[in-house]
Amino acid sequence: MKRIFISVIFLIILILSTSCAPSSAEAAPEPSATYIENKGSDTIVNLALAWAEKYQSEHQDIRISVTGGGSGTGIASLINGTVDIANASRKIKQEEIDEAKSNGIDPVEHIIARDAIAVIVHPDNPVDQLTLQQISDIYSGKITNWMDVGGEDRPIVKLSRETNSGTHVYFLETVLRLGNSDDETLFSMDTLLLPSSEGIIVEVRQNPNAIGYDGLGYVPDDLKTIAIAKEAGSSYVLPSIATVNDKSYAIARDLYMYTNGEPIGIIKDYLDWILAPEAQDIVAELGFVPAINPGASP
Amino acid sequence: MEKSLNWYEFIITRLIKASGYSAILFVALIFFFLVREGIPTFSEVESTSLLNIRWYPIEDRFGILPLITGSIIVTLGATLVAVPFGIGTAIFISEIAPRWVREILKPLVELLGGLPSVVLGFLGILVLSPFLRVFLDLPTGLTAFTGSLLLGGIAVPTVVSVAEDALDAVPRAYREGAWALGATRWQTIWRVTLPAARSGVLTAIMLGIGRAIGETMAVMMVTGNAPVLATRLGSLFSPVRTMTATIAAEMGEVASGSTHYHVLFFIGMVLFLISLGVNIAASSVVFRAKKRAERILS
Repeated sequence: MKRIFISVIFLIILILSTSCAPSSAEAAPEPSATYIENKGSDTIVNLALAWAEKYQSEHQDIRISVTGGGSGTGIASLINGTVDIANASRKIKQEEIDEAKSNGIDPVEHIIARDAIAVIVHPDNPVDQLTLQQISDIYSGKITNWMDVGGEDRPIVKLSRETNSGTHVYFLETVLRLGNSDDETLFSMDTLLLPSSEGIIVEVRQNPNAIGYDGLGYVPDDLKTIAIAKEAGSSYVLPSIATVNDKSYAIARDLYMYTNGEPIGIIKDYLDWILAPEAQDIVAELGFVPAINPGASP
Repeated sequence: MEKSLNWYEFIITRLIKASGYSAILFVALIFFFLVREGIPTFSEVESTSLLNIRWYPIEDRFGILPLITGSIIVTLGATLVAVPFGIGTAIFISEIAPRWVREILKPLVELLGGLPSVVLGFLGILVLSPFLRVFLDLPTGLTAFTGSLLLGGIAVPTVVSVAEDALDAVPRAYREGAWALGATRWQTIWRVTLPAARSGVLTAIMLGIGRAIGETMAVMMVTGNAPVLATRLGSLFSPVRTMTATIAAEMGEVASGSTHYHVLFFIGMVLFLISLGVNIAASSVVFRAKKRAERILS
């Protein structure tokens, strides 16, 4: 019995060691390639990957490694000096800047794209415009019937992304709490939390009671997008590339990349390429809004 | 020749023994891992906060009661669907159906058992939930009831397969005895065959419940995932969030070692204990029934 046990252990060790050996050999850096480490927001990760793929196919000597993990993780890595570029779907916080400065890092901000969130309803729903306050009241459970916002006598079914989605957090802060950081408003308990954008779209498509939100690029044409007013008196605006860029649409945010100091060398080349038309076309393809002004804006 | 045979036998007996013991080892290891990762919950979250009714992990609200009631109500509904249907089908296949029908039905039911639950989830989200919303006039079709129907469907093949084997194992002499006493077919099934196969049928039911409570994908797609405390039977027709769906939806994004991470493992522990309870209850019932049968026979 004991002998068998020992031989089994030996076998396992043998298998592990043989399977490890070639992979560690592969991981050894090719001497000719230059590396760019890029880490951060999960919202941006697909976009960053698409850029990196395109850029690497054009520049064989450059390797870009893109990982997600969240805006906070990316910025923390930049402060620790382990990445060259940090992706963030929010602005860097003052305490992060202070921490970076004390570490000898000078974070420089680059707006690389914009992201608008569309509020969607069933095409048969007569409601086609809402104020931010009304949307906040709907999602926090103060308004529960479409009649109260000028619609039919139907219950409102609220759809949201799961709590781990950056879009969920952004929607909570910008819409439910109207950008007020002291506000403790939460999503009403009966808000349906769907695991994917697709789940929200399927439900809104077939359910006239439903209201949902999603990134502008993910919304198909057969759903109705709500026009939104920032305040009761102001005009109602539909989300589009133009209204996002002139800041008249309320639920839109900038997406950032942060570098240590003004970028130089290959990192500068890469960031310049990202803000050029070719890379900004990919932005539109993936459903984000292209950044209109190229160059860094600290 | 003689010697090599001995060798074979030695290895094979040891291998069989090892695979038998490995089941115990694996269960123990899994439980140990769950406890190790879940126990810090008690020091990080106060028990009053755990027993709260609000589950909103990104704002540190870890009330797990809605998740437990969600799992219970969906499983209860699934049991109500799967048991009558499953046992009925098993009785039909084993006792009533002519031979050729049986030979078609049994493989078909087993094929149904092999369907990936994510496929059923798709059917649920695209067909069943819109139908139920219109048919029952509900605000949304993504409810506990939809989940129950789907889970019932998933559990039926398990119940049928095990219960049919149990019914099939009842000696023919029992039925012939009943018929000789002038019992009708129904009386024979209800009073003789079914009680004789009771332990197997109970096992079938328990396995079905186990299948239902542990199912994740289909449930996550159709129950709406709103963490609302289910207090009345009417909650069956509103959205709920189950423990399995919570773990599946949130585990991927959670920072390892955080409070949220520990609470998710704690939920896994609760789930493990519930399945353990169901299994112990089942085997004690079967054990008692066996003892009684032995007493009567001796």
